[in-house]
Amino acid sequence: MSVASHSARSRVTLKARRLPGWAPAGVGAAAILIAALAVYLPGAGGPVLTSVVAALLFLVGLGALSTVVEGGRAARNRVATSLVYAAFVLALAPLLSVALTLVTKGSERLNGYFLGVSMKGVSAFDNKGGAYHAIIGTLEQAGIATLITVPLGVLGAVYIVEYGRGRLAALIRFFVDVMTGIPSIVAGLFILAFWVLVVSPMFNNGRPEYSGFAAALALSVLMLPTIVRSTEEMLRLVPGALREGAYALGIPKWKTITKIVLPTAAPGIVTGVMLAVARACGETAPVILVALGNPAINFNPFSGGQSSLSLYVYEQAGTASKYAPGRAWAAALTLVVLVLSLTVAAKLLARRNKLAR
Amino acid sequence: MSQQSLTTTPASPSGAGGGGALPRGSRFGAERAFRILATAAGSTVLVIIVAIAAFLIAKAIPSLRADSENFLTFKDWFANESPPTFGIAALAFGTVVTSALALIMAVPVALGIALCLTHYAHRRVASTLGFFIDLLAAVPSVVFGLWGRDYFRGPVSDLSTFLHDNFGWIPIFGSKGPYGASILLGSIVLAIMVLPIVTSLSREVFLQTPKHNEEAALALGATRWEMIRTAVLPYGKPGIIAAVMLGLGRALGETIALALTLGAVYNVSFDLLGISGNTIAANIALKFAEANPTGRSALIASGLVLFAITLVVNVTARAIVYRRREFLGGAA
Repeated sequence: MSVASHSARSRVTLKARRLPGWAPAGVGAAAILIAALAVYLPGAGGPVLTSVVAALLFLVGLGALSTVVEGGRAARNRVATSLVYAAFVLALAPLLSVALTLVTKGSERLNGYFLGVSMKGVSAFDNKGGAYHAIIGTLEQAGIATLITVPLGVLGAVYIVEYGRGRLAALIRFFVDVMTGIPSIVAGLFILAFWVLVVSPMFNNGRPEYSGFAAALALSVLMLPTIVRSTEEMLRLVPGALREGAYALGIPKWKTITKIVLPTAAPGIVTGVMLAVARACGETAPVILVALGNPAINFNPFSGGQSSLSLYVYEQAGTASKYAPGRAWAAALTLVVLVLSLTVAAKLLARRNKLAR
Repeated sequence: MSQQSLTTTPASPSGAGGGGALPRGSRFGAERAFRILATAAGSTVLVIIVAIAAFLIAKAIPSLRADSENFLTFKDWFANESPPTFGIAALAFGTVVTSALALIMAVPVALGIALCLTHYAHRRVASTLGFFIDLLAAVPSVVFGLWGRDYFRGPVSDLSTFLHDNFGWIPIFGSKGPYGASILLGSIVLAIMVLPIVTSLSREVFLQTPKHNEEAALALGATRWEMIRTAVLPYGKPGIIAAVMLGLGRALGETIALALTLGAVYNVSFDLLGISGNTIAANIALKFAEANPTGRSALIASGLVLFAITLVVNVTARAIVYRRREFLGGAA
C-alpha cells in the first residue's frame, strides 16, 4: 500500500498547518493601522502611545491567529519570539536617544577654546569657560591610579594563579570578586576617612588636604579588583607547557613568571588595564568627596583641590544658568570620547590577542 | 561592567595555569622574595576590605553618638544642626525602592536581549550588537544622569500625566503633579544603566548552555521557545540569579545619576510620580559640600550602611556563582 493512499484514507498529513511567511508582517501592518485609528481619531495621544497599542495588538493578534491555524505551542513560540525582539527594540530606543542627545548637544560647544581654557574667574552666567582644568585632573588622577594598581593588581593575580594554594588563596579570590561590587561612593568615603581625614593632616599642619592624589587612591580601590580579575584570567590561559619548558631548563619559578608567563599574557593584561582605566575615568562620586573640584588649573595632584571631567559635568548639570547645560554636554562628550576610545582600543587589542582565541 | 565575568575558569586541573613543585634553593632567596611580594599584593585586597569597614566605623561613631534621634528609624537629615538629628530610614527606603523598580524594569528586557543575541539573531549581527552593549556598559553614569535631567524629564512628565489620567486610582500613580524629578524618572534611568551589565552577564550564561541539551530538545520536536524554556533557562538559572544580584549591587550603589534625577526629598512614600525620592549614595553626593565635621561623619555613617547592604548582596551573588562553579566542575 502506498503512503499517499494511506494518508488520503485516514487524513493524516505529515506536514503541520503553518501560517504563511507574510503573516507576521500582515498582522503588524493591521495592528499599526488599527492603533493609529484608535489613538488619533479620539486624539488620545501621539506616536508613542500608537506604537505601544500597536505592539500589544500585534502580540494578541498574532497569538490568536497562530493558535487557530497552528495550535497553542507554535503560538506561544511566535509570541515569545516577538517579545524577545520587542525587548531589543525597547532597550535600543533610550540608548540611541542618549547617544543622539550627547552628540548633538555636546558638539555645540566642543571646540579648541572649550578644551583650552579653565573656569577660573568665569561666573556661571558667563557664556565662556572650558574644561582644560578638568581634563588635566582626569588624566592625572587616572594616571596615578594606574601606576598604583597595575603592579599591585598584576602581582596579586600572579599570587592567585602561580602561588596561591589553600584557604588564603580561596579567600582572596572570593573577596576580589566581592570587591568589584563596592560602590564608588563607598570607595570615596573610605579614602576620605582614611587618607584625607587621618593621613594627610600629618603632612599639612593638621589640616585635611583634599587633593587629586586622594581621588587617585579612591580610583585605585575601584580599579584593583578589576585588574586582578582580568590578569588572573589571562595568566590561566598561558599554556602550562611553557612553564614546564622553563622549569626543565632549570630556570627558577620567579624568573619563569617574569620572563615567560607575564610577557606571554601581556596583551591580555593590557586590555584589562585599559578597560579598568576607562571605567575609572568616568567615576564621579569619589572625586566629589576627596578632590572637591577647583575652577582653576591645578597641575599638582598632591596639593589643593582638583577637578575632573566627570565632576565638571556634575557641577555644571547642577548649575542654574542657561550656559551651564552647554558646558556640561560638551564636557560629557569629551569624557565619553575619552572613555570609549580607551574601551574600543582595548577590545580591538583583545581581538588580536592570540591567547584568548 | 564587561570585566565582571560569570564564566568559569577551571582551577587548572591540567595543562594551563599554575605551577607545581619546583627546583628549590634558588640563589639570594630571590624566589622567596618574589613569592612574599606576590602574597603581599594578593593580601592587599583583604586588607582594603577590612580597612574600609574599620575606617568607616571609626569615623561614623562620633556622629552616631551625637545623633539625638534614632539613626535607623528617623527620616530626616539635619546633620549640621546642633544637636544633630538625622536618620537613614527615608534614604534606605528610597535606595531599595529605586533599585527594585529598576530591576523589575531592566531584568526582563535584559534577559530578552541576551536571548535575542544568543539564540535568535544572526551570529554576525549578534557579535556586533554584543560589542555595542559592552560599550554602553562603559558609558559613565554622569552622562546618563545628565541625559535624565536635561532631556528625559520631559517625556517622563508626559508619561506621568498619562498614567495619572488613566490609572490615577492606583495609589502609586495618585500624585496630581507637578511632575519631574520623581522616583519614576530615577528608576527608569537606573534601569537603563543596569541593563547593559545584566545583559552581558546573562549573555555569557546563555552561551554556556551545552549544545547537546539544546539539540536534544529540538530533536524531540520542541519549538525554539520550548527549547529555551526546557534547556537554556533551567541550566542558566543560578547564573541569571547571580547576574541580577550583581546588577542589584550596581543599582544600590549608583550615585550621580540618581543625585541628578531624583527629587532629593526625605520621605517614605510609594508615590512614583510626584517630586520625591532620595538614596543613601545620592544624599552623600548632594550633602557633602555643605557638611560640617558632624555632618561629614553622619554621611560616613550612612555610607557604612550602604557598604553593609552591598556587601551582603555581593557576597550572596558570588556564593551562588561559586556553588555553580563547583557544580559545573563536577559535571564537566
